[in-house]
Amino acid sequence: MSILLSDISKNFGNFSALDHVNLEIPEGELVALLGPSGCGKTTLLRIIAGLERADEGKVLLNGQDMTDEDVRNRGIGFVFQHYALFRHMTVFDNVAFGLRVKPHKDRPSEAIIRKNVHDLLNLVQLDWLHDRFPDQLSGGQRQRIALARALAVEPSVLLLDEPFGALDASVRKDLRLWLRHLHQDLNVTTIFVTHDQEEAMEVANQIVVFNKGRIEQKGTPSEIYDHPSNDFVSHFIGQTNVFHLEKGDSDWLKSAGIVLDEPRGITAHVRPHNIAVEKQTDKPMSPIFLKDWQHLGATIRLELSREGENGSAKTVFAEMPNEQFRQLELAKGDKVSLFIKHAHWFN
Amino acid sequence: MSAIIQATNNTKAQLQHHALHEPTWVKTSLIVIAVGFLVLFLCLPLGLVLFQAFSKGWGAYWLALTQPDTQAAIRLTLLTALVTVPLNTVFGVSAAWAITRFEFKGKSFLTTLIDLPFSVSPVISGVIFVLLFGAEGVFGEWLAEHDVKIIFAVPGIILATSFVTFPFVARQLIPLMQEMGNEEEEAALSLGASGWKTFCQITLPNIKWALLYGVLLCNARAMGEFGAVSVVSGHIRGMTNTLPLHVEVSYNDYDVVGAFAGASILAGLAIVTLILKSVLEWKQGDR
Repeated sequence: MSILLSDISKNFGNFSALDHVNLEIPEGELVALLGPSGCGKTTLLRIIAGLERADEGKVLLNGQDMTDEDVRNRGIGFVFQHYALFRHMTVFDNVAFGLRVKPHKDRPSEAIIRKNVHDLLNLVQLDWLHDRFPDQLSGGQRQRIALARALAVEPSVLLLDEPFGALDASVRKDLRLWLRHLHQDLNVTTIFVTHDQEEAMEVANQIVVFNKGRIEQKGTPSEIYDHPSNDFVSHFIGQTNVFHLEKGDSDWLKSAGIVLDEPRGITAHVRPHNIAVEKQTDKPMSPIFLKDWQHLGATIRLELSREGENGSAKTVFAEMPNEQFRQLELAKGDKVSLFIKHAHWFN
Repeated sequence: MSAIIQATNNTKAQLQHHALHEPTWVKTSLIVIAVGFLVLFLCLPLGLVLFQAFSKGWGAYWLALTQPDTQAAIRLTLLTALVTVPLNTVFGVSAAWAITRFEFKGKSFLTTLIDLPFSVSPVISGVIFVLLFGAEGVFGEWLAEHDVKIIFAVPGIILATSFVTFPFVARQLIPLMQEMGNEEEEAALSLGASGWKTFCQITLPNIKWALLYGVLLCNARAMGEFGAVSVVSGHIRGMTNTLPLHVEVSYNDYDVVGAFAGASILAGLAIVTLILKSVLEWKQGDR
């Protein structure tokens, strides 16, 4: 089911949670709403679900105006951040709930319900827990049961609020991949909210970056990473070095021989892997030295510092593969020269 | 190895024990004070009630209870509870629902209002109803014209009792429902359940022990209420005397057995309430 949000606004008192948001999500997409906490992304998800009403604007599901439709008639599956499993029901009854509350004429027979529920529990690989209660499950198991429960009513849109937020790191990694595969199998339009840019990059086909109730950019993970449309996105997605060329950064960059191509804006954002580092040989003027470095697995992060004149130290981060770092044979305190391979310019 | 672990554990337990260890005389005197207080103010009066009720033997006790006026008082008390408790249960659940699930203007004012009967003397609440519905009251004339009797009649007693007991259920539910949040209900709605089904299948099972607890307290107070009822009842024997009023009237008539026989029933009710209360508390803790 395609989703069209037109001109959605929502205020809580004086606080503007959403400010004229327009968004179109085609059928079958796996979309991440990404942004810092309090940026309005969860509110938007709840408005799509019908758990919250927009002050202005329209919600169209499959071309049909659903703005005033009740949550239970929207055909959505919602997975809550803290799962909201029914604590007095077993896992089986939780998943069966959506089928059992259907009006009499649409309600499948108990035998069909039993089969569907076990199928779903098998899909999330937790059929063996069917007679447990929610408080007997681990966080990751609860998450998958909540997903199975939402899928039981065969929703045409799946909405997940911070689906991995409450899980520990290793479980989170597994579930991310699992969710992506599940989406490929079911092909249900899926939207999830996250504040974790890595999670968004890893799971989603499309990322919508939010800030202060507005959409900053929408695109595929690589578009967002490689072509951030403004300095907020560039800063929020991945690591970046910020140079303020109007505030004197240009002087020391020039004097250090770190050339940025012709300025095309006021600030330059440079990703750590776009900074090349060489051991200092022919440029004795360079004020940059290797302060520290960290092992990030396949890459090394170099913490490069400029010799502080009157205490104004500036740190630049660069990243390079392990192999390359070893070949450089750098030690802490060694002078280096930098070369910027690529920068994003913003005004 | 295990011996060493055990030894360490022992020291740990001892240390913890020491940290909480008061001198023996403090412990003893605190226990003596608490127990002494209970004996003096609870067991002694309760014993006395039973002693006086049976002072002239079983026969007199039974006679006092089967007397028409006593029977009428018991019936009226039961009727009052039967009307008041369901009324306040519905009100309490709705109020708790409104306060914990919706945002609206004047919400904190409503919360304060619910507590009002706790802070107002019951006699005052009785007087308010007299001022409203009594012969000289605001609606007195209109009521007289339409031949509706509220004050010095059963409706007044039920009104006064309802007023005094309405916070009990709401007060039990509000903190619990606030703590639970409404995600489970939202989940039920998103799965297609109607509001009513959500309430019956999700909300009610989660609040049932607290609800029963509130109903129990409400019932105990409804049956035992004296002050407010005393003002509106008019003390008409066999007509508008509830059990507590009947006890007072009998006592004033030097009918000791009658008064204490009535009191023994109220005391019995209190004991049953206490037992049920601990069972419910235990169940609630279990959840």
